Formats: sequence, structure tokens, C-alpha cells
Amino acid sequence: MLRFIIRRVIVIIPMLLIVVSLTWTLVRLAPGSFYTGEKKLAPAVEKNLREKYGLDKPWYVQYGKVLKNIARFDFGNSLKYEGQSVNQILLRALPVSATLGITAYLIALLVGITMGALAALKPNSWLDYASMTLAMLGISIPNFVLGPLLVLLFSLTLFWFPPALWNGFPSKSLVLPALTLSAIYIAYIARLTRSGMLEVMRSDYIRTARAKGLSETQVVTRHALRGGLLPVVSFSGPALAFLITGTVVVERIFALPGLGNYFINACFNRDEPLIIGIVAFIAISVLVFNLLVDISYAFIDPRIRY
Amino acid sequence: MEENRQQKDQIPDSADLHISAEYAVAERDIAELVTGEVVVGSSLWRDAWRRLLKNKLAVFGMIVVLVLVVASLIGPTIIQKTTGYTYDSIPKDSALLKSFPPFRGPDGRFSLAHPMGTDAAGRDILARVLSGGQISLMVALIATLVSLVIGVSYGAIAGYLGGPLDDLMMRIVDVLYSLPYVIIVIVLLALLPAKTPTAQLAQLFFALGAVSWLTMARIVRGQILSLKNQEFVLAARATGVSTPKIIFRHLIPNALGPVIVYATLTIPTVMLSEAFLSFLGLGVRPPRVSWGSLAAEGAANLAVFPWQLIFPGVTMALMLFSLNFVGDGLRDALDPQARRN
Repeated sequence: MLRFIIRRVIVIIPMLLIVVSLTWTLVRLAPGSFYTGEKKLAPAVEKNLREKYGLDKPWYVQYGKVLKNIARFDFGNSLKYEGQSVNQILLRALPVSATLGITAYLIALLVGITMGALAALKPNSWLDYASMTLAMLGISIPNFVLGPLLVLLFSLTLFWFPPALWNGFPSKSLVLPALTLSAIYIAYIARLTRSGMLEVMRSDYIRTARAKGLSETQVVTRHALRGGLLPVVSFSGPALAFLITGTVVVERIFALPGLGNYFINACFNRDEPLIIGIVAFIAISVLVFNLLVDISYAFIDPRIRY
Repeated sequence: MEENRQQKDQIPDSADLHISAEYAVAERDIAELVTGEVVVGSSLWRDAWRRLLKNKLAVFGMIVVLVLVVASLIGPTIIQKTTGYTYDSIPKDSALLKSFPPFRGPDGRFSLAHPMGTDAAGRDILARVLSGGQISLMVALIATLVSLVIGVSYGAIAGYLGGPLDDLMMRIVDVLYSLPYVIIVIVLLALLPAKTPTAQLAQLFFALGAVSWLTMARIVRGQILSLKNQEFVLAARATGVSTPKIIFRHLIPNALGPVIVYATLTIPTVMLSEAFLSFLGLGVRPPRVSWGSLAAEGAANLAVFPWQLIFPGVTMALMLFSLNFVGDGLRDALDPQARRN
């Protein structure tokens, strides 16, 4: 187990390098630069600015600096947001995205597992069809359609929630973004729970549990749910990647100052240090999260050994 | 789905009554050698088709998909012939340069001219939604095709050749799997915007296709691994068939079931990704429109002109909904074992 973890941690490093190098190459290859904007700068000013940010050096010096920055986890200053370091921006934006993502995922786990488990306990009942059709709807309605529709209904018609505002965790402003983001996870988790539970309910150890006289509630909560939730756990790995995609859109719809919003703006602004910083940060979190998911298998399913 | 499940129980052994796919193809080859004619019809596919038709939701999905595809293909031409509106025709009269609600003329009374209303520049939304459908469908189909070609060849080669090459190829897939590819695609499309809208489309096909072949490669490899030691492959090898021919002529056709199912489920995923990128302003660019870019436009004008979002959004959701049901139905139809027990 320990060897497995060490091996996986070591693999993370080259993978991070691939992502960052690819991003850096794209930024370099792209025609134009941060300074070819609407506002024309005087050549002397641009030259000075380039010197200040080290953009006048040959490519290998700059690439080396990028690598050094990542090793120290200090990405230098943003070009667009003058006087602010990339780390400051990350620290400011991360809580927004994390709060949104975690809230949405918790809602999804709660609603999704309940829906899926109810459907699996009474397969082919109206409850099963209703929750599976609802799940299919959740998968099919894009979040950038769902979000504005929720705004239209709850903000602009009923005036229950603000359409675009960020007040942090326990606030009305979190409700609509979190709901929008959670819809697709509710759907996936409900489907995964249902099929996982259906399979487990047929297995021998459930029969044994029943045979030794456990009540149906105990069979379901103690044995079936635990085995049936394994697919949900493995979904949590890719879910983080989805979550990042989802938050980009949701943050844009609701104008939230999160990582996704900063990232898109950085790409459009050609803010190189910020792009590299956010990409590196996201890549690290995805890679580490995947590792954690793999490790957690061993704890949930005692049959898995590394 | 529900009917299907019950009816499948009533015809329990339909799959077992027939020869399985791999032997069907092998036999077909032998028959071809003997008679020189191509023997058509394998009962597996006919069976699957019959099961699919019994699945009401899948049939509903197929009908909706068909209607939307046909409407997108011929709709814009019909609208242009009858009313003169196209997706990018802006009215000459400056009084018409604003967004009218559905079924309302400039005088505010009922009119059939714009069943979905017009957008801020007075363009007919129905024509735009149907033209957008063309682009969305095209992107989804071509990108799925790209992922199909890459994924199937990659998975089949890795699975059949096996050994260290297989290890290496699958390790690469694992590595690519855990990369946050959306991030790279966003960087790619934001930093290297193509010169023309057509080139932008080609870039989209490439970007979406190139990132969605991974699961396909894994599925195909798994199939090939279970097929490659069977007698018909041994027979082919014994008669001196070349390795590429064994892979592409004997193994891949037999792995087709899961491939078709997964490809069907890839179409809505890719369509959603295209819409997501277009929504962010990275995908299809004006004057071209897709469902994603229309939704983005509509979302921007949400407070005053909700119909600009509702029509393209609902059309797209309906399409994705139906495609997903068709994919699920196909999976059940091609793999009755999975659901029967």
C-alpha cells in the first residue's frame, strides 16, 4: 500500500510537467501577446514592461523560470491585475470555487444517493421510473441553460434569490449556483447508486445478512449501501474534473469571482503568469484527488489490495 | 426502458437461440470463401433491432432525433424559400431591428412570421435554431467519428499485440485520462483562434475528437482481449491472414456492439462540450451559430427577452435527452444479458 502511494506520488510530477509545458507552449506559440491589446503602448513602455516581467529573455530562460516557480509554488505577478501576485489571486478565488463545488457535491450526494437507493429498492415501480427520468433530464439539460432558467424563475419572477451576487457560504446567493452545478451530479450519482445497489442486492452476502436475521433496514444501510456506493466513490475522481468544467460555466452565469472566471479571463487577456498558475493549481488538485480516490477504494472495499 | 425490461423477461433466451456475433462473422467469411457471395444478415443485429423497437423510450428518442435532424437539414432552406429569412438575414427596415416575442408581428398582434420570435437584430430565431442545429449536429458527428477512428484503432492494436507495447499504450491512456483536458482545450481555443469560422470549426472537431477517444480505446481493448484467443482468430492466423487484416477485418467487427453503444453515448457528450465551449465564446463564432452560441446570446438577454434562451436551450435539451435514451436503449438491446439477471 505504501509502495503504491509512493509510486503514484512520483508519477504526479512528470504529469504536472506535461500539463504545464503544454500550456506554456500554447501560450508561447499563440500569435500576439498580452501587450497587443486595444490600448496601444508606446514601444519604449512596452520594452520596459517586458524587461520588468522577464519577457525579453530567450525562451529557455523563461521556461526555466516557469519550472522554478512551480517548484516553489510562487507564480510571480499577474500582468493584468497589476501589483497582485498570482498566489494572492488564487487565494482569493479558491474559496469561492471550493465553497460552490463542495456545496454542490454534497447536495448531489444527498439527493442522488437517496434517489438511486429508493429506485433500486423498488425496481420497476413508479418511483424507479420517476427518479430515472428525472436523472436523465439532469444529464440532458446543459447547466448553462438550467442556470439562466432558474434565474428567470427564482430571481426575476419570484424574487427569492439574487441573480448574481457572492456572499460566501451560508447565504441566499449560494442557492442557485449550487443547484445549477449539482443537477448533473445528482443525475449521475442516482444512476450509479441504482445500478450498484441492484447488483449488490442480488449478491450472496446480502442473502447471508438476511439469513442471519438482520432487519431489512439494517441489510440496506449496513451492507447494501456500502457495497452499492463503490461506483459512486470511483465517480468522485472524474467528478472533480467535471466540477471544474461546471464551475467555469456557473461562475460565468452568476458572475462569481471564482477560479473558473479568472481562468477564462486570463486566457482572453493573455495573462501568462495567471494562466500558468491556475493550470498548475488545477492540475495538481486533479492529480492528487485521483490518488486519494484510488486509496479510498481500499478502505471501502476490503477485497482491493495494492 | 420499463416495458423493455419486462418484455425481455418474457422472451428469456432469444440471444441464446442464435449463434453469437463472433461466430456469425467467422461463418460469414467462410461462406464468402466458398460461394464467393457476401452473405448478409446476422440474426444478432436483427434481434437487437427488434428489442430496440420494443423499448418505448428509445423509440420516442429515435423519432425526436430523426425529426430534429430532418428539420435542421431542410428547415432553413424551406424557411428561406417561403419567407426569405435566413439565420443571418437582418431586416432592412430599422423599425424591425429589435427582438419580437414569438408569434408577434411589429404591430404587436398575432403573426405567423416568427414562431420563435426574433433576436436583438431582428433575425428569425426559428431559422437560427435550425441552422444552429446543423452546426451542432455536424460538430458532434464529426468529432465522434474522429474519436471513433482514433479510439478503435488504438484500443484494437494495443489489445491484439499485447505485451510491453500494450502496457505502454495503456499507460499513456491512463496519463491522458487524469489530465484536466478541458483546461487545455480552453487554453488551445482561447489562445489560438482560427482565422476563419470554418477553420474554427475544424479546430473544434479536432479538439473535441482528440480528447474523447480515451474511453473508447479502453472499451475496444477489453473486447479485443477477450476475443483474441478464440478459435476464429486462431483459424484466421493459421490460414495466413496478416495481423492488420485480423485486427480490422475479424476482431473489430466482433467488438462492434459496445463500440456502437459508446459512440451513441459520445454524440450527446460531444454536443454538450461544443455547446459549453461556444457558450464561453470559444467555439462556433459569428456569423455561424450553434445551439451553444445561441444559448449564450439568449442568456445575456435573459431578463428582457427570455425566448431567446428558451427556444435554443429547450431544443438542445430535447435533442440530448433523446440521444441519451437511444444510447441507453441500444445498450440494453445489444447486451440483453446485462439487464436480464
